[in-house]
Amino acid sequence: MMSTPVIELSGVSRRYQEGPAALDQVSLTVRAGESVAIVGPSGSGKSTMLNLIAGLDRPSAGTVTVDGTRVDALSEAGSARFRRAKIGMVFQFFNLLDDLTVADNVMLPAEMAGTGRGAARRRAGELLAALGIERHARAYPGRLSGGERQRVAVARSLMNRPPLLLADEPTGALDSASGEDVKALLNELHADGQTIVTVTHDLTLAQACATRTVTIADGRIAADVRTEAVR
Amino acid sequence: MSGLGRVVRSGVRRRRVQTLVTGLATMLAVTVSVLGGSLLVASDGPFDRAFAGQHGAHLTARFDASRTTAEQLTSSAHAAAVTAAAGPFGTATLDPHTGADLGLPANASLPPMTVVGRTDPGGPVDDVTLLRGGWASGPGQIVLADSYGSPVQDLGTVLDYPELPGDPKLTVVGFARSVSRTADAWVSPAELASLGAPGTAGGYQMLYRFASAGSTAQVAADRAAVASATPPGALVGAQSWLVTAQGTNRNTALFVPFLVAFGLLGVLMSVLIVGIVVSGAVGTGTRRIGILKSLGFTPAQVVRSYMGQALVPAAVGTAVGALAGNALAIPVLSATADVYGTTTSGVAPWVDVVVIGGALGLVTATAWVAALRAGRLRTVDALAVGRTPRAGSGRRAARLAARLPLPRPVSLGLAQPFARPARMAGMVAAIVFGTAAATFAVGMGSSLNWVQAAKNHDTADVVVNAFGPPTGSAVAGPGAPSNVTPHRTRATADPAAITAAVNAQAGTEKYFGTAGTEVTVPGVAGTTSVFAFSGDSSWAGFTMVSGRWFTAPGEAVVPSTFLTASGTRLGDTVTLQDHGKAIGVRLVGEVFDPHTQTDEVLTEAATLAPAEPDLHPETYSIKLKPGTDAAGYATALNGTLAPLGVTAGSGRSHGESGTIVALDALTALLTLILVATAGLGVLNTVVLETRERVREIGVAKALGMTPRQTVTMVLASVTVVGLIGGAVGLPLGLALHAVTVPAMGHSAGLDFPAVAIDVYPDSELALLGLGGVLIAVLGALLPAGWAARTRTVTALRTE
Ligand SMILES: Nc1ncnc2c1ncn2[C@@H]1O[C@H](COP(=O)(O)OP(=O)(O)OP(=O)(O)O)[C@@H](O)[C@H]1O
Ligand SMILES: [Mg+2]
Repeated sequence: MMSTPVIELSGVSRRYQEGPAALDQVSLTVRAGESVAIVGPSGSGKSTMLNLIAGLDRPSAGTVTVDGTRVDALSEAGSARFRRAKIGMVFQFFNLLDDLTVADNVMLPAEMAGTGRGAARRRAGELLAALGIERHARAYPGRLSGGERQRVAVARSLMNRPPLLLADEPTGALDSASGEDVKALLNELHADGQTIVTVTHDLTLAQACATRTVTIADGRIAADVRTEAVR
Repeated sequence: MSGLGRVVRSGVRRRRVQTLVTGLATMLAVTVSVLGGSLLVASDGPFDRAFAGQHGAHLTARFDASRTTAEQLTSSAHAAAVTAAAGPFGTATLDPHTGADLGLPANASLPPMTVVGRTDPGGPVDDVTLLRGGWASGPGQIVLADSYGSPVQDLGTVLDYPELPGDPKLTVVGFARSVSRTADAWVSPAELASLGAPGTAGGYQMLYRFASAGSTAQVAADRAAVASATPPGALVGAQSWLVTAQGTNRNTALFVPFLVAFGLLGVLMSVLIVGIVVSGAVGTGTRRIGILKSLGFTPAQVVRSYMGQALVPAAVGTAVGALAGNALAIPVLSATADVYGTTTSGVAPWVDVVVIGGALGLVTATAWVAALRAGRLRTVDALAVGRTPRAGSGRRAARLAARLPLPRPVSLGLAQPFARPARMAGMVAAIVFGTAAATFAVGMGSSLNWVQAAKNHDTADVVVNAFGPPTGSAVAGPGAPSNVTPHRTRATADPAAITAAVNAQAGTEKYFGTAGTEVTVPGVAGTTSVFAFSGDSSWAGFTMVSGRWFTAPGEAVVPSTFLTASGTRLGDTVTLQDHGKAIGVRLVGEVFDPHTQTDEVLTEAATLAPAEPDLHPETYSIKLKPGTDAAGYATALNGTLAPLGVTAGSGRSHGESGTIVALDALTALLTLILVATAGLGVLNTVVLETRERVREIGVAKALGMTPRQTVTMVLASVTVVGLIGGAVGLPLGLALHAVTVPAMGHSAGLDFPAVAIDVYPDSELALLGLGGVLIAVLGALLPAGWAARTRTVTALRTE
């Protein structure tokens, strides 16, 4: 049984003023429940692709559809609302807000969407507990280790129960132990049915958590392999 | 190019917005300082400087042409003590009437004017400044002195001289200002000769400057020297510059504190803004400093690099600001000159030098301190900025704000300024200044308009001038505009006939008559004018400083000057010596009358009846029933009055005084500049802030913050600042106003009643208090828009 597509890229190109296209005629379909790893050399267009899916950037050509929404056609405000509802994002450098406590950071996406503080706090409590960092709820991100910070970032990305989780080099700034930690976390989420797209240099990460590995080179898909990892 | 130079250049270029704002803020600050400085300079002895500038006449002497010759007068220039002389110029005193047209009622009597025949406004003495139009060179042309108290305002107005042979008419071709007030009007010498009234030999005017004329005694000695150098009896009158100076200074005294306050506000504001902008420009980008240092830049090199980055735009801004300041100073100083009745010689060069030097010095010093701090920063700390937790105040504010029942973007914004207390203080200070300036300006505007209203006291709808023809629509005396004076030599028409006509006219609600006479008051030098009112004069529109309007014969009200001159207080009884009879009046009220040059007493006509039973009103001030058309009423009444030879006209005054117009314009301009400068200070800070928070904003946008939420967040961040700034600035502005208004009155010898100071209605107070928020929001709007538009990807990339 084929589940519905969550991501559909069709003939997507992204050109900057100078140089070759960062993304060149890429078509890709990701279905619900998949965990896709996108790998490739530096500068090959991985982040560009992820940004296009998140509606943070717009393609020069082609269409991007996420969970039934034509992301490339959204206005700025529309894409913000889209991200709120459909996308959780995790970055290499965590991108937590230093002046907010861990709990406040995690609650932010819900509060942006207008969820009441009480409800947001309950949901954040659950997530922090599920990710095993509830004891840091009132701490500031600056005090946490890299791995812990990335867990907070993941918790934040899951706040609004997005159908799609995007992660760009989630282990890129972490030592190997913390990296393992994050890998395990992503695996658990996938096991719970979360659709995940992870950009990474780290082939072990790809092997460990992905059901499918897409290799990009020079802005094109060079390989698309189902790995059917742990399950 | 050296590595250092390249860093400065790229720093200036990369942070284009901030560089632009630094340049703009410096520019505005320098503009404001040039204006403020010039105002301070212009307000320092305005008469003396203008007098010196025009080589004013220490003595304006008038000679009888039948007793001396032009040659004799020319040689009087060689009299001892005379250092310069101009003349002889022919002169005559004439009675002009308005010709047709140009908004003035036709054939109205204007004040008598001293006309002088001069080919040239310039000369070694009394170098007259032409304000508008040209000099009278041909026949039928006249130039009016702006000190000539008439309602004539427009070039092209025709003045009529019906009492002169041939009923000559002169067209106003120019307006000029003589600081020494040597004439009311000028014509060409040929024109003056043709204007000579029959039976009068006419006169000559000579203008003298002396080696020493600093005191009344010196001027008297100088006058004696001139008198002895000319045929005996030829010198028929002479006006000392000291008297003119006193009169002018009394007028300007009213406005000096006001303009000084504005000048000071401007200069202080400039210092503040330059401080904020430059320290902000340097204080930001600590991370870049860290990178530079990790690459091997020494602290000294970092300091120099950052000073360079601030100084380049500041220097450009200073240059442009100096130009703009000098350009703007032309209208501002000419308005100031109008207020002071002086002339402007532009911005004093030393003001430019001081402001430019001061601005650059201030920029350098501020940049140096800020850069020094940056240069001393440990490299690791500098590199870690943005990654390490900052001071606690920001967090506490963030925690508290998060609890508020507000949308999250609002509460995020509210907490922001607290993360950077110094920067916030700078912003608050800018808004405090802006709000205080606006509050002060609005209050001054109201107070000055109050003064204007008190001056006009033109509550009458229609005024009947009881003198025979010709007559104007409005006749002076209390209850009417004072810029058209009556001819007291003419007899008044039968009062009973006039009142009968007024009573019979439909639409009359009430009226009172005003008569003028002169009395002496023991203990008061010279004569005192008495205005005697008949009928119910309680609505005459005089503003009381204290006490009440008179209600019975034997009671009187007086202006503050009279109380001072006579050494009396309300409740005292003073004696009026009138036609040999002594009449006691009890002082029951103090009126506000800024016009009063002489002392005056206002009372009921019945008070003077024992001494002057035949004192008839010179004017009747009529109040119409609501809904009555004043013009139609006057026309109808004129029909009845025609046989009596008197006319009725509008009681409303002719517009505002030029001084008030000039002050209002000045106030508006200065306030605008001060508020704009404050807004720019906010803009600069918010630009810095959003630049620093660009990553944070990017994160929030990646988490789903919409552009509108972004704008909301940025605007919320300045709202607190605006509220605090408004809360401090408002009372400051009120205090400044409350100090300045009495100071203005005090230096002009006037007591302002409380109503002149409590001029702020509650709604206006609320608006002004929120003005801080307005300044803040206006300043933040642009950067908020940028923040909302910043591409999230770019923001996230930025380190
Ligand atoms: N804003 C931009 N302007 C111009 N070129 C850009 C911009 N963003 C990305 N590029 C170019 O697009 C190409 C793809 O960039 P992208 O960030 O997607 O690479 P990546 O695969 O994520 O690399 P890495 O593994 O190093 O993160 C690169 O050549 C990059 O230089
Ligand atoms: Mg990348």
